Amino acid sequence: MRPDNDIRALVGYIVETWELSPFWADVAAAVVILAVAAVVFLAVMTFAGVLTWAERRVAGRTQSRVGPNRVGPIGFLQWVVDGVKLVLKEDFVPDAADGPLFRLAPYLVILGVFSAMATVPFSQVLIAADLDVGALFIMAITSLVVVGVLMSGWASNNKWALLGGVRSAAQIVSYEVPAALSVMTIVLLAGSLSMQTIIGQQGGWPWEWYIFHSPFTFVLFFVFLASSIAEGNRIPFDLPEAESELVAGYNTEYSGMRWAGFFLGEFANVYVMSAIATTLFFGGWQVPGVAAEEHGDSLLIQGLGLVIFLGKAWVGCFVVLWARWTLPRLRVDQLMGVCYRYFIPIAFACMLGVALYALVVPAGSLPDVAVHLVTMAMGAAAVVVLFRRVGHHARSVGDRISLAEVLQRGQRFEFDPSVQLRRYGAHRRGGARESR
Amino acid sequence: MTDAVGREEIVLNMGPHHPSTHGVLRFVVYTDGEIMRKAVPEVGYLHRGIEKLAEQTTYTSFIPYADRINYLEAVFASQAWAMAVERLLGVEVPKRAEVLRVIAAELNRIANHCIALGCVAMDLGAYTPFIYLLRERETINDLFEELCGARLTFNYARVGGVSHDAPDGWLDKVGAFVARFDKVMAELHALISENEILVNRMLGVGVTCAADAVAYGLVGPNLRAAGVDWDLRRDLPYSAYPGLDFAVPVGGRDGRGVAGDCYARWVVREEEMRQSARLIRQALAALPDGPVMGELPKKIKPPKGEVYAAVEGARGELGVYLVSDGSNTPYRAKWRSSSFSAMSMIELISPGLMIADLVAVIATLDTIAPEVDR
Repeated sequence: MRPDNDIRALVGYIVETWELSPFWADVAAAVVILAVAAVVFLAVMTFAGVLTWAERRVAGRTQSRVGPNRVGPIGFLQWVVDGVKLVLKEDFVPDAADGPLFRLAPYLVILGVFSAMATVPFSQVLIAADLDVGALFIMAITSLVVVGVLMSGWASNNKWALLGGVRSAAQIVSYEVPAALSVMTIVLLAGSLSMQTIIGQQGGWPWEWYIFHSPFTFVLFFVFLASSIAEGNRIPFDLPEAESELVAGYNTEYSGMRWAGFFLGEFANVYVMSAIATTLFFGGWQVPGVAAEEHGDSLLIQGLGLVIFLGKAWVGCFVVLWARWTLPRLRVDQLMGVCYRYFIPIAFACMLGVALYALVVPAGSLPDVAVHLVTMAMGAAAVVVLFRRVGHHARSVGDRISLAEVLQRGQRFEFDPSVQLRRYGAHRRGGARESR
Repeated sequence: MTDAVGREEIVLNMGPHHPSTHGVLRFVVYTDGEIMRKAVPEVGYLHRGIEKLAEQTTYTSFIPYADRINYLEAVFASQAWAMAVERLLGVEVPKRAEVLRVIAAELNRIANHCIALGCVAMDLGAYTPFIYLLRERETINDLFEELCGARLTFNYARVGGVSHDAPDGWLDKVGAFVARFDKVMAELHALISENEILVNRMLGVGVTCAADAVAYGLVGPNLRAAGVDWDLRRDLPYSAYPGLDFAVPVGGRDGRGVAGDCYARWVVREEEMRQSARLIRQALAALPDGPVMGELPKKIKPPKGEVYAAVEGARGELGVYLVSDGSNTPYRAKWRSSSFSAMSMIELISPGLMIADLVAVIATLDTIAPEVDR
């Protein structure tokens, strides 16, 4: 564990190597900060873009259809094309809108989501800033999103947008409470707010992750998951932009790149939340069998850590997409009810439970290990039951589109006139003339 | 309007271009934040003067227009029209044609309810069930395409029979579809029908009590959901229905939902789809041989008189009142459609609901714009 593994270490290294004067040291620091910011921004932008593609593919498979498959292999470059299209569109501001606020709002959403990435790690060494107050920073900075959303709702001068903005403010502020409680419980366990330290306290094997630490953290994970989805305005909590109710909610009046700003913000948020969940509950970049201190400078282990972290985060993203294409949406009063009547009390109870557990069961004792294993078995059983149920329904009805067939045809549907003619012929042959 | 403490009522125009007012419906919604004071339906966006058109077209050539009264249940409207003209003429319809009409009608009912339930789920935020149901409807469209060449406005019923006999192998395909459909219903049930969120969005929302439902002229699944046991197929039997065995689901009777709420409407439609599949299975077994067109006079000029013929459409009673003056065009035709009464009901039940509930109410009442205005 090397806590100095972030941007400060890099600047220090450059200043030492080139023996820079204080002025040039400041310049070097500024350049490094900008460069790292650009890299992180581009990485998350790419993740968000790929996630839009993934969402459409997952939605396609969920709904027994194909999804985008025209641009690039299995449609992978679709998000690039969509991005280009959106950039080229007119940047339209309605006449009655409050221009400056209207233009500013998407930046706040993007800022809120992307700033959180400053303290979210990619691997043991890849982290922009391993702040001592990392978890707190994330909770605070993501609140900027609500300002942007509310601002866009107000500035649009559109009733649907206003309703969406107000819903969003109520929702995000409410759900931050259970989310913060979950994060703070993990902080309680780890004894640190630093993201890297929280990961370092866990281990590579599943039974060393915080989610299986005790039944309390197991429950807490689901509270955190639901609260994160709610904060990210995704189904079943996508009320601020509920299409069938509020047209498009707070971004009704937006088009082109500014609309894409909200869109990318939403998708980047899915990744950010998954990465935070990976950090807090799933052992982050820890490689099974290798202690955190032994990761060292081995490129292989570090690369493996990166892959493991990204893999876990993307599985989290998949779960969010999956939920989105399965569940209906709550009503606004039910949404608040769920938060205040269930999530907050449960989160409090779990926090207390975790504290009591730490007091009663000595860490590393036999009962402690037994609880870890039993919790993990519970989790595994839940996953198995879920997959069996899904598999049962998939098999009983089946797909209309055979994926194998689609792949065989090189992912392209071509118009086959003979099929159309055969169909038409069938109807003609069985037609009225013959039967009379 | 501003009240004593300076709060303003928001007037929202929901529609005609709104994602959940399918077609071009419009509601003027007066709200206090999220809670509605009132939602007033505005009709007339899709008025095409179909009844006036009927006065200028011959009896037989009106059938394609009848399909367009409601494009989601085209079989029923043309069947109602054909029945009215047949009664005026006193024409006998061959048994095979009657059974084919039942098969087509029940297939169409399933297709319509697929859209209805799919739209409810979609408007409540669950997109996937809509696609699954659309997939089944697509199979039905394929079947109709084979039967009569059209996928939406079938133009299937004829005065005195039906336009096409079943092509070779078609009946087997229908049988295979019905067999598969039971599994689809099981999947739908497991996927969404008892989903906690969906049920809570609909349970006890938008209740239409039986007396109001009758007073406002609700028909079909909406009326049955309100607890009124009334189905034309059973209570005013027509076509080949008297010989077939089916149950009429009524809302609030099997412990699922309160009679008249949105969930009861969902449950009734879901059960009706199962019953339709059952009817198709029986009709396939009972399909007699013979011609599909009856003996018609050379010129279709019904004697002076008037007649009312109604079928139990997917949305309920779909009837036509015809007055003949002895010429080859009707003197007057009046259509009785279900969506108009369902639409007017919304003003009664909307006060106190939330905006999100209005979406559920519109969707579960299954109103459709072309049928409201005709």
